[in-house]
Amino acid sequence: MNESAFLDVKDLKIHFSTDDGVVKSVDGLSFSLERGKTLGIVGESGSGKSVTSLGILGLHRGKNAHVSGEIWLDGEDLVTASQEHVRRLRGRKMAMIFQDPLSSMHPFYTVGDQIIEAYRIHHKVSKSVARKHAIDMLGRVGIPEPKSRVDSYPHEFSGGMRQRAMIAMALSCDPELLIADEPTTALDVTVQAQILDLMRDLQREFNSALIIITHDLGVVAELSDDILVMYAGKCIEYGSAEDIFYRPEHPYTWGLLGSMPRLDREPTERLLPVKGTPPSLINVPSGCAFHPRCPYSDLTDGQSKAEVPALAPTDPGHLVRCHLSRTQRRTLWENEVKPVLETQ
Amino acid sequence: MTTTNEPLLSVQGLEKHFPVTKGLFKRQVGAVKAVDGISFDVFKGETLGLVGESGCGKSTTGRLVTRLLEPTAGKVVFEGRDITHMRQGKLRPLRRDMQMIFQDPFSSLNPRHTVGTIVGAPYRIQGVQTENGIKRAVQDILELVGLNPEHYNRYPHEFSGGQRQRIGIARTLALKPKLIIADEPVSALDVSIQAQVVNLLEDLQNELDLTYVVIAHDLSVVRHISDRVAVMYLGKIVEIADRKSLYRVPMHPYTNALLSAVPIPDPKARAKSDRIRLTGDVPSPLNPPPACRFHTRCWKAQDICKTVEPPLEELASGHQVACHFPENAPEAATKTAATTP
Ligand SMILES: Nc1ncnc2c1ncn2[C@@H]1O[C@H](COP(=O)(O)OP(=O)(O)OP(=O)(O)O)[C@@H](O)[C@H]1O
Ligand SMILES: Nc1ncnc2c1ncn2[C@@H]1O[C@H](COP(=O)(O)OP(=O)(O)OP(=O)(O)O)[C@@H](O)[C@H]1O
Ligand code: SF4
Ligand code: SF4
Ligand SMILES: [Mg+2]
Ligand SMILES: [Mg+2]
Repeated sequence: MNESAFLDVKDLKIHFSTDDGVVKSVDGLSFSLERGKTLGIVGESGSGKSVTSLGILGLHRGKNAHVSGEIWLDGEDLVTASQEHVRRLRGRKMAMIFQDPLSSMHPFYTVGDQIIEAYRIHHKVSKSVARKHAIDMLGRVGIPEPKSRVDSYPHEFSGGMRQRAMIAMALSCDPELLIADEPTTALDVTVQAQILDLMRDLQREFNSALIIITHDLGVVAELSDDILVMYAGKCIEYGSAEDIFYRPEHPYTWGLLGSMPRLDREPTERLLPVKGTPPSLINVPSGCAFHPRCPYSDLTDGQSKAEVPALAPTDPGHLVRCHLSRTQRRTLWENEVKPVLETQ
Repeated sequence: MTTTNEPLLSVQGLEKHFPVTKGLFKRQVGAVKAVDGISFDVFKGETLGLVGESGCGKSTTGRLVTRLLEPTAGKVVFEGRDITHMRQGKLRPLRRDMQMIFQDPFSSLNPRHTVGTIVGAPYRIQGVQTENGIKRAVQDILELVGLNPEHYNRYPHEFSGGQRQRIGIARTLALKPKLIIADEPVSALDVSIQAQVVNLLEDLQNELDLTYVVIAHDLSVVRHISDRVAVMYLGKIVEIADRKSLYRVPMHPYTNALLSAVPIPDPKARAKSDRIRLTGDVPSPLNPPPACRFHTRCWKAQDICKTVEPPLEELASGHQVACHFPENAPEAATKTAATTP
């Protein structure tokens, strides 16, 4: 990992103490991201995606959360920084877009007032200047007639418009790091397409670093430069979008690709789902957490059950966490997995 | 796919208008035209997919067909019998033949009942006498849907989302239905679990000769599972065709836009420039645009689209479209459409 990366996360662990035991939601995650680049984080429900994003924003300082590791943002470690300092960075240097804009917007204030408020926390400007800025931002995210819509309440907007307003709010302070957690999951597909286009354009314009979190492989493929695949709180594969879609090497990534019906290919008779159910994060399976569901675990001489595999490079920039040898993985992919996926 | 000429289910001009009331005296001030005159047939052994964006009337259609809602107008014919206004008493045996699977595997199962009680209820109603006999039947069906028969005495909260959806499916199957209306059966599930449930639905169809109407907003899932597909927009069916034609040569501009909007899991597809991008959101069904309801978002709209409603017409064999200026239409069809005004 590059020492001077804009965002550099090292061995991040976020554990929660609960009555049932310790939930290891994020368990040793490392990645880095530059300005102007997009990282996609994918994984099934409960794999730790949202906990990671909230962790970066410093929003896990509750009693039962234990955060360790390092989160370097532009040369500062957020894990050791004071809560007050991290709070100031939120909104100015980093911002977040949530799945459900209604829950993160105040229902009793107009959309405009909320943007103005957020902007004035970080910029010492008059209300009228901030209002101009809010109108400008609403226009930039494609809200029609921003001059009059600025005085609307969130419930007067449609789902797509609320998501646009939320993006306007997040971008109003020109953040250098933007985290979007399932930004389009609640939207209709035609509106989702508009929002994805918008995010791509705005990122180019603002040159911010973007993390997009989703369970939809189509959405990550649309936006990401690099992709991180999470399973049970760990990164199990990391690589460029091309690595992950054209030469994936982890059996779980193969499973994700095989589960998904695709419009760009002929429909197969059967989908190839990952077997079984997601693991418990309290009693995480021994060794490779994926082993109870992995069709290849018996090819590793018992290692899969006994030892946690390391996340190791298979090619420059392409990392895989699996006990199978590189040759085994590539042979399996070429001969067994890819041919079946291609007929889809 | 085995079809006979007689459809298992025939829906004719079905409408559901929900009154919108205001004030203390519930004065009616308008109506949500949730379903506004739709017709389609479903043949034995096939799967009809029903797609469209949020609020277009898919769930309402499902509820009308299964008689959970009373239609404002139109007919529902099941096995040749008009069941539109059939009384509850006469309807009861039919209710078993037509079952609904719901989206939410969490809320549709009673949390205080064991799996055995939930899945066994239909057998008790059907008059399977001994508890032992019921237990056997339930365990068989649990096995059929890929659950461990030992889980007979467990409660719903002890299961994952995918497993709960299987319990729901098991309960449905216990009634030995002929037609299953599945409303977003997999949309609450993770991709890997989605695929398990989709495969299960397909296997069960083959084994038990079931007929499905699958309601979903995910166009990839619908393509995978359906033999024919109907596309809805604001309470109307705008296009209906066999799966292949609909996905290969979509004729309605809205269908084209929908397909073009689906993000493709291939980084190379990003550069594609021939995408159709609609502006704006789906209009409210309270005040749907007149004539062609899609004209406010359609890039091909002409004056006639705002004044004359395009009828759903068969432009190719088995391919019906409601549009004055369809895409990909055979020569002859386009000509008639363009000269209609
Ligand atoms: N405050 C908390 N206390 C205890 N456990 C928690 C807490 N927050 C999250 N978790 C657990 O951490 C795990 C990871 O949750 P997270 O929200 O990151 O999943 P996710 O990958 O975002 O899933 P989804 O796709 O469903 O949004 C889950 O098992 C969740 O129950
Ligand atoms: N009981 C009701 N009273 C009034 N309006 C209703 C009622 N049920 C549904 N509607 C309205 O009818 C329209 C169609 O709703 P329906 O639930 O059928 O849509 P849908 O296609 O299933 O959407 P989704 O994909 O969001 O589930 C919506 O505008 C909805 O608000
Ligand atoms: S380490 Fe073993 S169980 Fe884990 S993915 Fe590799 S082969 Fe499968
Ligand atoms: S009838 Fe007109 S507005 Fe409607 S879909 Fe066809 S071209 Fe578009
Ligand atoms: Mg999440
Ligand atoms: Mg619905």
